[in-house]
Amino acid sequence: MANNDVMIETRELTKIYGAQRAVDRISFEIRRGEVVGFLGPNGAGKSTTMKILTCFISPTEGTAKVGGWDVFDDPLAVRSLIGYLPQRASLYPEMGVVEYLEFAAELRAIASDKRRAKIKEVVEICGLKDVLAKTINELSYGYRQRVGLAQALIHDPPILILDEPTADLDPNESAEVISYIKEIGRTRTIMLSTHDLAEVKEACQRVLIVNRGKIVADGAPDELATKSGSVRYVVALDASESEAGAAKRNAATSQEVIDAVKGVVSGSSVKVLPNDDRATVLEVVAKGSNDHRREFFRLAVEKKWDLVELRRETVQLEEVFRQLTVGDGAPRRNAAKKTEGDVKEQASDV
Amino acid sequence: MSDQEATAPKPVGPQPRGSIGTPVGNTLAIARREFVSYFSSPLGYIVIGMFLLLVGFLFFIPFAFLTLGKATLQPMFNSISWLLPLISPAIAMRTFAEESRTGTLEMLITQPVRDWEVILGKYLGAMGLLAVCILGTFSYPVIISRVGELDWGPVAGGYLGLLLGGAAYVSFGVMVSSFTKDQITAFFVSFIVGAVFFLMNKALIFFGGAASVIEYLCPDYHFSNIARGVLDARNIIYFCSVIFVCLLATARSLGSRRWS
Repeated sequence: MANNDVMIETRELTKIYGAQRAVDRISFEIRRGEVVGFLGPNGAGKSTTMKILTCFISPTEGTAKVGGWDVFDDPLAVRSLIGYLPQRASLYPEMGVVEYLEFAAELRAIASDKRRAKIKEVVEICGLKDVLAKTINELSYGYRQRVGLAQALIHDPPILILDEPTADLDPNESAEVISYIKEIGRTRTIMLSTHDLAEVKEACQRVLIVNRGKIVADGAPDELATKSGSVRYVVALDASESEAGAAKRNAATSQEVIDAVKGVVSGSSVKVLPNDDRATVLEVVAKGSNDHRREFFRLAVEKKWDLVELRRETVQLEEVFRQLTVGDGAPRRNAAKKTEGDVKEQASDV
Repeated sequence: MSDQEATAPKPVGPQPRGSIGTPVGNTLAIARREFVSYFSSPLGYIVIGMFLLLVGFLFFIPFAFLTLGKATLQPMFNSISWLLPLISPAIAMRTFAEESRTGTLEMLITQPVRDWEVILGKYLGAMGLLAVCILGTFSYPVIISRVGELDWGPVAGGYLGLLLGGAAYVSFGVMVSSFTKDQITAFFVSFIVGAVFFLMNKALIFFGGAASVIEYLCPDYHFSNIARGVLDARNIIYFCSVIFVCLLATARSLGSRRWS
């Protein structure tokens, strides 16, 4: 592939703050037209990497190129190719929405006779029609993010770098911003940092997971889940009609089910999922890619238990994220919330 | 598409640059935004109001122009020179400190603009407000010219001195503002340092042999020379040097973020 298809490229990129390595020898490439999710817990180095790529700070070691231009040697060329939305987009609160976009257009050297048309275009894309007459300090956080996105798009950049564009937005606002990103991502290279794994799955073709300044995973969301080498089963067994008898269905019977299931797949982790039914619903995470469904079925037959449900699925991205970033001590509220939500969802499915 | 076309290597090399504004265009855009922003908050109105109120007070209370027995604005210029160390930090304090605190500086600097365009733009915006303040006093020479024969030469010199002196104080304020995220800190540091330099010129007797050096370092000394209507290159060079050094230090301060 020709070099000019690589839109963002880092080699051994390192940023050291005092004694802390915020970014530790990161190397990656992002090609034309890719929408890449940049994932990691707080303090993992996502924002620092983005600040380097937008020439706001310089790397301590290594190189970074955007559109083939070195961020250190040609910062103006780099910035001219990028639309950047920093984390918690800070806009001039006293300025009107149109006034702010005009200012952004002026700094992007958009000819004065074309500015109106450009502003109209980004207002359309970002859904700002209803707030054009307002000043920025009158806008909700969601609308401010949209104005930030609009200024990033005003010069029609081939590359967009968006640092947590949906942070602090309510679910409706997040969904809207993500749908805008999907829309504009059809024609651009986008690097998107977020904590929300659902957004990544929805909008990104590729994921880079960083932890403690290092890249710990790189690939398509599904590919990463497969590579994690774990398979998740949901097994629902009803032992109440077994030899033990319906009257005897109690905690001990459930424990018997758990022990039996653990015996089927050695080294697996078994968790009881909440359930309103009589069946005992278990989540079994097994290492390796072997299919253990027949063994679960045989166990049910042997024990004369009813097999109410048996589902096999590869581990979710949330689980991969947790596995790769666990133990760093950083708060991961969103990721934790999401995992909890998934468990509830699965429980209700059962 | 033929096979040959399909397999032909794409051109190798960097992407063409996007649009980059001219240095003058970028600087003026930033200056205009900065200047207008003073009037989007009470700050601009408070600064202008306070300045004109104090100048009026200092001008009329001593009736200095009457006691001298001639139409002159010398006392007014001297009064305003006392106000410059106070008013200039108030104008300059927010230029960088506020933008660093709120994060808008990151948005601004990641646009395709050079650091010095940002610095010069903000400086010119602040100077615009100071110029409005100073121009607001122009009614006084008009009034005096009605009651007596006013020599406009020293008046022009006085206004030039005020602009140059103010420009030096504002450049110092901009520099201090770039070192901190707190505009109140920026105000007090630049006010105190400015006041010390101003007052040193009034207390040269305490400096013995170093008096002439101290005198040269004090903006008020150079201002007084120009306000008398004496246009000496040394005074102009002094003010230009202070402005240059302060803005250079601002550029260093802004550039240091990259390596922090």
